[in-house]
Amino acid sequence: MDVLEIARWQFGIITVYHFLFVPLTIGLTALVAGMETAWVRTGKEEYLRLTKFFGKLFLINFALGVVTGIVQEFQFGMNWSDYSRFVGDVFGAPLAIEGLLAFFLESTFLGLWIFGWDKLPRALHAACMWLVHLGTLASAYFILAANSWMQHPVGHDYNPETGRAELVDFWAVMFNKVQLVTFPHVVLAAYMTAGAFMAGVGAYLYVSRRHRDDQPLYRKAIRIGAVTALVAGLGVTVSGDVQGKIMTEVQPMKMAAAEALYDTTSNAPFSVLTLGRLDGSDPQHLIEVPGLLSFLGTGSFDGEVQGINQLREQYAETYGQDPGAAYYHPTDYVPVIPVTYWSFRFMMGLGFAVAAGAALLLWATRKGRTPSGRWLAWLGLALPIGAVAANSFGWIFTEMGRQPWVVFGLMTTQSGVSPGVSVFEAATSLIVLTLLYAVLAVVELGLLAKYVRIGAEPFVEPPQVPVGGADDDRPMAFAY
Amino acid sequence: MELTTVWFALIAILWIGYFTLEGFDFGVGMLLPVLARDERERRVMYNSIGPTWDGNEVWVLVAGGATFAAFPEWYATLFSGFYLPLLLILVALIVRNLAFEYRGKKDDDGWRTRWDVAAILGSWLPAVLWGVAFANIVAGVPIDAEKEFTGNLFTLLNPLGLLGGAVTAALFATHGALFLALKTDGEIRHRARALAGRLGVLAAGLAVVFMLWIQLRTGDAASAVAFVLAALTLVGALVANLAGREGWAFTGTFATIALAVAGLFLALFPDVMPSTTDAAFSLTTTNAAATAYTLKVMTWVAVVFTPIVLGYQAWTYWVFRKRISVDSIPAVAVPVAPAEPAER
Ligand code: HDD
Ligand code: HEM
Ligand code: HEM
Repeated sequence: MDVLEIARWQFGIITVYHFLFVPLTIGLTALVAGMETAWVRTGKEEYLRLTKFFGKLFLINFALGVVTGIVQEFQFGMNWSDYSRFVGDVFGAPLAIEGLLAFFLESTFLGLWIFGWDKLPRALHAACMWLVHLGTLASAYFILAANSWMQHPVGHDYNPETGRAELVDFWAVMFNKVQLVTFPHVVLAAYMTAGAFMAGVGAYLYVSRRHRDDQPLYRKAIRIGAVTALVAGLGVTVSGDVQGKIMTEVQPMKMAAAEALYDTTSNAPFSVLTLGRLDGSDPQHLIEVPGLLSFLGTGSFDGEVQGINQLREQYAETYGQDPGAAYYHPTDYVPVIPVTYWSFRFMMGLGFAVAAGAALLLWATRKGRTPSGRWLAWLGLALPIGAVAANSFGWIFTEMGRQPWVVFGLMTTQSGVSPGVSVFEAATSLIVLTLLYAVLAVVELGLLAKYVRIGAEPFVEPPQVPVGGADDDRPMAFAY
Repeated sequence: MELTTVWFALIAILWIGYFTLEGFDFGVGMLLPVLARDERERRVMYNSIGPTWDGNEVWVLVAGGATFAAFPEWYATLFSGFYLPLLLILVALIVRNLAFEYRGKKDDDGWRTRWDVAAILGSWLPAVLWGVAFANIVAGVPIDAEKEFTGNLFTLLNPLGLLGGAVTAALFATHGALFLALKTDGEIRHRARALAGRLGVLAAGLAVVFMLWIQLRTGDAASAVAFVLAALTLVGALVANLAGREGWAFTGTFATIALAVAGLFLALFPDVMPSTTDAAFSLTTTNAAATAYTLKVMTWVAVVFTPIVLGYQAWTYWVFRKRISVDSIPAVAVPVAPAEPAER
């Protein structure tokens, strides 16, 4: 393997891994803050118990989100130094702003939330978690603005003297039209994931014989989680549909690759499954929905969707023959079709399956019902896994569908890699980080499973704290 | 002032924030095996930085991001060049953070011991390696015409680099001991104070040689002033510590670290990464910088938001201002699942 290949594997593994924890963090901060607020307003014990229980699970998850994020911040410089040189003027700004606006907010107020139960008045304590949530949204916004710029570069000029893309309009980058649909899609997917997690954990505990006495509590968790997952799921579908249209406009090859559509077609069908090879030689679509691809891409069932073959010629003309248009020329413009084809289907399919599971849980726990089958526990396990996997497939589709470009139309992935890094260095880091991450996954899943099984702790009234803080000598309410 | 100079200064400030704040976190972790005699005392040490270490660490993330935005060439050359040390630092930070978060999550001695090891190593490694890295940045490393670092790991492990590592380790350990003296109560407070006195002398000796070396190699008048003040505040800190003035002592090492880092950046300016291959290949605040437009945007963001961040970080320290002692540590509170009900 050469440095390029190692760097690509590392980027994919490290980033997908980071994003296993991110959606749960974004979504759970909102749910935990919401439940704590409900407790502050209504005083109902169940809300405080759910706050603390899901708060604890969230913290186990958050720790890994943070540590994997640290690697993210530096890996552009480590493995992608030429990329960093080329885009730094545009791409660095959102990254730096993310740190200043989002990470400080998250980490500081989370510290206050964890250790502040006996230091802050209740409403202020709940407000801390809302601020953490605000931090996660800000984080998502800026990093997605950076990513959207790579999908659809705007607001910059190429400077031949410095050989790099230079920022000319910051607001164009912040309000990139790709960003405006990506942000809602990602955030709603995060809410959906957290909802699925909450409903799933609730369902597992609901049928657990150890927790019989707490059935009403876990029923509540199921219902809050499932409703969140369903509502957010609807939003994900709507925003995904809009994203499809914008993507077709700015990266038509990605849409063609999503369907393995080789020839330009009007009223293009969407194949749910395909047997055999996806190289266009012998397509065997199992189930086809007529016109759906055209609808996804253009908003009309009769719309024309361009095929891979035509686009390849067209891209070659735009980027290959006009030296002013692209500064780094790829040799081929077609991404790896089976990856784009299947990741697109897994994202949507798992998403629909999770929504269906959430609906099933709502139906099973409707008024007057107390379901007891073991299937609830299995469904409870499947829901969060399905939702997290849908997120990963979404990203794999997005990023692999952009290949061979790292910045669409400007720079190929190949030319972004660090020229000075040796195979030994790159391989060391790939191996060390992958092994470390594997161990950490085992540790984290073990802890999550342990704390899920323990369930929500009994209600304990937190101390009343005056504004300005208490100053007596009680032991700390929370300590490491 | 040129915007590139402003951003050079801002990046120096971010590193100062990082080393003064996470410096004592590192120190606390480094001294775990020395200062704590039993589990309760270990927990006192962990909890002394519990609510704030994550916020302290963000300073380095912002320093990294700001370098990317303001000096993309510096970001690219530095992190691809110092590849393996940076990887080590990242691994150390990962296991260290998780030690804080996960250590208390199981009531099991083996589990806790393993995380203690992670916390200790995870504090020592970056405390040494950041010093090695900065000594080399300021002194210069081989960089070619393409702005690529051409050395390897061993290029960095030269005498000056190793001395830099020893200096940061000794300073952070002293800083951490003084923090514990200020923040805890009971026996550990006294032990921390005594240890800080001894460590401080070692740190002072190493730091003076190091600063002199850097000053002679690349320093100017401004860096000389900063280095002298750094040495004076360190002596002041040690005197205050002897006099039992913990607040002043900690303020003293805080100032020492801030001034020493300032001195390094002053000695570095106007380069950001001097090349030992050929001075013409050096990265400077001008040839490594982003465009004036990007710097302007970033300046606005920094001017508006930095005070807000400083405000709420200061507020957290105020909220958690109370000293903690073994008496403030609650019993190990790992909950257990309710028992399985008997078959009916
Ligand atoms: C729970 C997760 C989840 C679910 C159920 C869906 N998505 Fe999604 N999707 C993501 C999570 C996600 C994601 C991981 O968040 C991505 C990756 C990048 C992005 O913008 O969001 C994504 C990307 C992504 C893209 C690529 C955008 C681009 O590259 O420019 C499209 C076109 C869609 N989605 C469309 C859909 C449609 C039509 C869906 C349902 C009918 C759908 N997604 C469900
Ligand atoms: C918004 C932040 C993101 C940025 C700035 C970003 C940036 C990049 C860059 C620079 C590459 C090129 C290197 C490469 O090809 O490996 C890449 C590719 C890739 N990224 Fe992203 N990415 C982001 C988010 C994500 C997320 C969240 C995931 C997954 C969960 C992801 C998964 C991938 C994958 C799978 C590749 C393709 C690997 C390959 O084939 O080379 N990315 N991305
Ligand atoms: C490759 C690009 C990325 C970089 C450089 C990056 C960087 C980081 C860093 C340094 C942290 C730790 C912050 C802390 O210490 O508090 C972090 C956490 C986080 N990141 Fe990423 N990240 C990337 C991709 C993404 C994407 C695509 C999203 C969301 C859409 C995202 C959302 C978050 C959130 C919400 C957190 C805080 C919660 C948590 O730690 O789990 N990140 N990221």
